[in-house]
Amino acid sequence: MADTTANGPVLAADGTPLKQSLARSLRRQKMRALMLIAPLLVFVLLSFIFPIASMLFRSVENGIVQDTLPETVAALQQWDEQSGELPDEEVYAAFIRDMIIAVDNKEHTRLGSRLNYEETGMSSMFRRSGRAIGRLDPVEDAPFKEALIDIHDGWGEVGTWQTIKTHAVPLTNGYFLNAVDMQRTVDGAQAQPESKQILITLFGRTLQMSLIITGACILLGYPIAWLLANLRMRTANLLMILVLLPFWTSLLVRTSAWKVMLQQQGVINDTLVWLGLVDDAARLVIINNQIGTIIAMTHILLPFMILPMYSVMQTIPPSYTRAAKSLGATNWTAFWRVYFPQSVPGIGAGSILVFILAIGYYITPEIVGGTKGVFISNRIAYHISSSLNWGLAAALGTILLAAVLILYWAYDRIVGIDNVKLGG
Amino acid sequence: MTTPISRKPLSMVVPTVAVAGAFLGLFVGTANGSGLMGVVIGAALMGALAFALTTLWGNESASRWSVVALLGALGFLLGSIPGLILGLLAGWFFGWFIFWLFEGRYRGHLQPYLTSGQVFWHYAFRVICGAIFVFLITPILVVIPLSFNAQDFFTFTPEMLRFDPAGYSLKHYEDFFTNNEWQRSFQNSLIIAPIATLISVSLGTLAAIGLSQSHVPGKRAIMAMLISPMIVPLIISATGMFFFYSQIGNFLEGTVGMSKNLVGYIKVILAHAVLGVPFVIITVTATLVGFDRSLTRAAANMGADPVTTFFKVQMPLILPGVISGGLFAFITSFDEVVVVLFVGSASQKTLPWQMFTGLREQISPTILAVATILVVISIALLTTIELLRRRSERLRGMSPA
Repeated sequence: MADTTANGPVLAADGTPLKQSLARSLRRQKMRALMLIAPLLVFVLLSFIFPIASMLFRSVENGIVQDTLPETVAALQQWDEQSGELPDEEVYAAFIRDMIIAVDNKEHTRLGSRLNYEETGMSSMFRRSGRAIGRLDPVEDAPFKEALIDIHDGWGEVGTWQTIKTHAVPLTNGYFLNAVDMQRTVDGAQAQPESKQILITLFGRTLQMSLIITGACILLGYPIAWLLANLRMRTANLLMILVLLPFWTSLLVRTSAWKVMLQQQGVINDTLVWLGLVDDAARLVIINNQIGTIIAMTHILLPFMILPMYSVMQTIPPSYTRAAKSLGATNWTAFWRVYFPQSVPGIGAGSILVFILAIGYYITPEIVGGTKGVFISNRIAYHISSSLNWGLAAALGTILLAAVLILYWAYDRIVGIDNVKLGG
Repeated sequence: MTTPISRKPLSMVVPTVAVAGAFLGLFVGTANGSGLMGVVIGAALMGALAFALTTLWGNESASRWSVVALLGALGFLLGSIPGLILGLLAGWFFGWFIFWLFEGRYRGHLQPYLTSGQVFWHYAFRVICGAIFVFLITPILVVIPLSFNAQDFFTFTPEMLRFDPAGYSLKHYEDFFTNNEWQRSFQNSLIIAPIATLISVSLGTLAAIGLSQSHVPGKRAIMAMLISPMIVPLIISATGMFFFYSQIGNFLEGTVGMSKNLVGYIKVILAHAVLGVPFVIITVTATLVGFDRSLTRAAANMGADPVTTFFKVQMPLILPGVISGGLFAFITSFDEVVVVLFVGSASQKTLPWQMFTGLREQISPTILAVATILVVISIALLTTIELLRRRSERLRGMSPA
């Protein structure tokens, strides 16, 4: 036996070299673990990651112009959009040929609404012209330039053709430019007219209100977390119920409770009037504006701040502050120089968590926010379900998602994904 | 620890009680016309009361009852029944407060070396925390009595404040249990949530066991992907799923030939199952951290095949984690509205969806009855999870915290 160890490789019981045997068993272990994970991973990839990725792709996808008007787009290549002159007959003829096919397939209205996002009036122009163009013959009715301008004045404007040419690219940055209140024009990216600039303001408001909510949560959550961490276990557990009950209560229950409380004829206003603090005629307006959203969301997100703070503060030994005091520190110094720095990781974890949740909130602002207190998410929902400008919705969603992922990366850095705690 | 307590001088007790009295008087005064008068009268009355009870009478329990009676009567005079109740409460508080200060009981469980400023801050801090707790819990508590309102109002009617039985009724509950819309949405929730939970728990538990093995290639990336449904804002998940599931739905209806209704349920259930996955993964992985691997080896040693080992050895030990993960997944689905709003159609209307439309369009007080029922359910779930957590910690040999 001593010979084998000296000369050849170490053998396992079945005669194969030990190294090989170990490697095989490790490989088998890895395979088994992956087999267990695979069903869920495939499920999540297929029904979550892939849909989101394809939704994000919609923010740059723009095949519709080229697919509907292939000949026109090709003909427009020769036209100099800066010249200020209308394109020549060739373009008009190509356009008529494209449109006749599009009208047959009923695709011209979709193109119209797509271009309407960029230039108001395009939708009705395509719809109205469509009927007349459908009756033309691509060979006999030539020339078309005059005929088309007769059908609708819009075809005699340089701007119309400029819009078609600038948006004929299959992949566009137009939606992203729209998302930051700019637009794609012949002269490159330009600012939107003032009256249409609302999205930057909305992004700003979303950020500002999320910061206010996070700040309010820190202010209200810190004393509670400190108290829970420093009380006896039994009392702390009892008080913890008061934190966990809101955490576990349905979001809609809490939102409806705030709707009921904050109304003009609601509980808060009634109590204030009854106490005489507020005049009956001058009831506070605390719903359907930013204040309503901030109050309700601070309440809803407060447990997400308290729980991580609490778990950090529990690990801070109370003897540190006592030591500081016995060395002559005042109450304030002992807290500020000794206790507070140790609790900062808790504040960081809670803040990022609350901020991530706040920035993407939809339900609560929708119900208590009115028009002044809504977030960017509400705008995304509006573009998905009402205005049907899905490209812009996707662009807004991409920006929001990018912001959240950066914050999440920071959260992972500070706290670690594995340390996500779920209330208790 | 106990600190020896001693009686405090009146020069401290009387002004403090007077300040508290002034504060109470401010509210009573503004409610009855003049805040300033209220402050003066409140301070004088309470100061005098504190002086009289502590020095002249001295019999503690009799004094406390007389304060309760006095303030109760005063409250009744000023504000009838609700006034009486507030008065009785204020009386109880002042009776207790006067003797708590006078006998020096407030120092009883504090360190003896604290300065009076520190003692003051200790109690002021507790009052602040109490106010925050009130902020946390009031919205939930307010909903409960309001749901018994006999009127269609969202605030306390004068009858309710008088505790007149005519002001209360069960009619909103009756509406919830008889109205077709509410019942159908409730049933939909009860169909969708359990099936979605079942899918996320079964797949999630398997994956969590896989993830807890020692050699998993790309563990962090896999974990990040599986947790992502929790991180991505719901509106973005909903948008992505909206496009994806409309295509899937067309395929299932057109090519496979399923009925429209069934396809609708499948879409919503799958969407909710994905949202529940992260919660199952997180709780089950946390339970598996304390799992003793030699147990499975011992089972294998005794001739059990992997499936038997899983069901007879591993599963009973991680069951608490699995169940609480399942409860999280259940509540996620049961409480979810954004995704179902985008993915589902009217026949899959769930309870939260019905509440959401109710809140946005014609707000009906039935919502408050539903809210109360949901609060009761969440209390039940909270209790279950707490019990499971304790059991799990006991099984793993930790002392329950």
